[in-house]
Amino acid sequence: MNPPLAEPPPPPVPVLALGDVLLVTLQGDLHDSAAERLQHDIAERVAREPVAGVVIDISGVEVVDSFLARVLAEIASTARLLAARTVLAGMRPAVAVTLVELGLTLPELTTVLDVGQALALLGRTPSGPRARQGGA
Amino acid sequence: MRVSHHTVRACLPIGSDSDLAWVRQHVRRVAAESGFGLVQQTKLVTAASELARNTLIHGGGGHVEVTALEDGSAHGLRLSFVDTGPGIRDLDQAMTDGYTTGGGLGLGLSGARRLVHDLTVDTRPGQGTTVTIVVWATDMPRPRAEP
Repeated sequence: MNPPLAEPPPPPVPVLALGDVLLVTLQGDLHDSAAERLQHDIAERVAREPVAGVVIDISGVEVVDSFLARVLAEIASTARLLAARTVLAGMRPAVAVTLVELGLTLPELTTVLDVGQALALLGRTPSGPRARQGGA
Repeated sequence: MRVSHHTVRACLPIGSDSDLAWVRQHVRRVAAESGFGLVQQTKLVTAASELARNTLIHGGGGHVEVTALEDGSAHGLRLSFVDTGPGIRDLDQAMTDGYTTGGGLGLGLSGARRLVHDLTVDTRPGQGTTVTIVVWATDMPRPRAEP
């Protein structure tokens, strides 16, 4: 067994502002520490800036375990307390199947198929297809 | 045990956040090499992530042993998550949905069990815990885990 190498912390996930919508694109494998940092960063931005919505694009995420699911749900709950709406975009089918078997249906999260639908739902582009409300 | 042939493929340390990421990447790769479909890969990597995090958070770190299984034409993987932590005091409770001592959703053990074909726990108070999961690449009929 090799000793763990001393690695620098993963870079923070960028949070982009598109008008009053924050756009976060998650890619690949997200370290726990990066996920927790993202949660903190979004809460700060939502509280400080005139943010109406948060779009989290997870189309590039291959695995959502219960830790990341909890972080995503907490981001949505926190943003709601700070008067912003969170939309989760682009979950992969294999991730959805796995989350259901894991026992996580994330009823508190609004989900859509892609970022375009998320922006439409938040009223930021000409109307697109209706979003699917997460729920039991 | 129905396994006629097996080889230890790797032994990976679990001592940090980055180790969890490395375990996920490694398990994804060997699952793909063993012929697992995308959904099955995703389930296995998710289960491995849950269990590796348990090893890190509750067991104070440890390692995972990855073993390739072969039984005739069937290919599978066995992952053993080993720690030398305090052990699990009440296993029945730890296997219950929603029970947590680690600040998560309490779905680690019970959730992982639903994602794999077999999950066994060997735990001794004060000496540690080994959680072993087995997944086969073929779509063999199997009973659903109790809810």
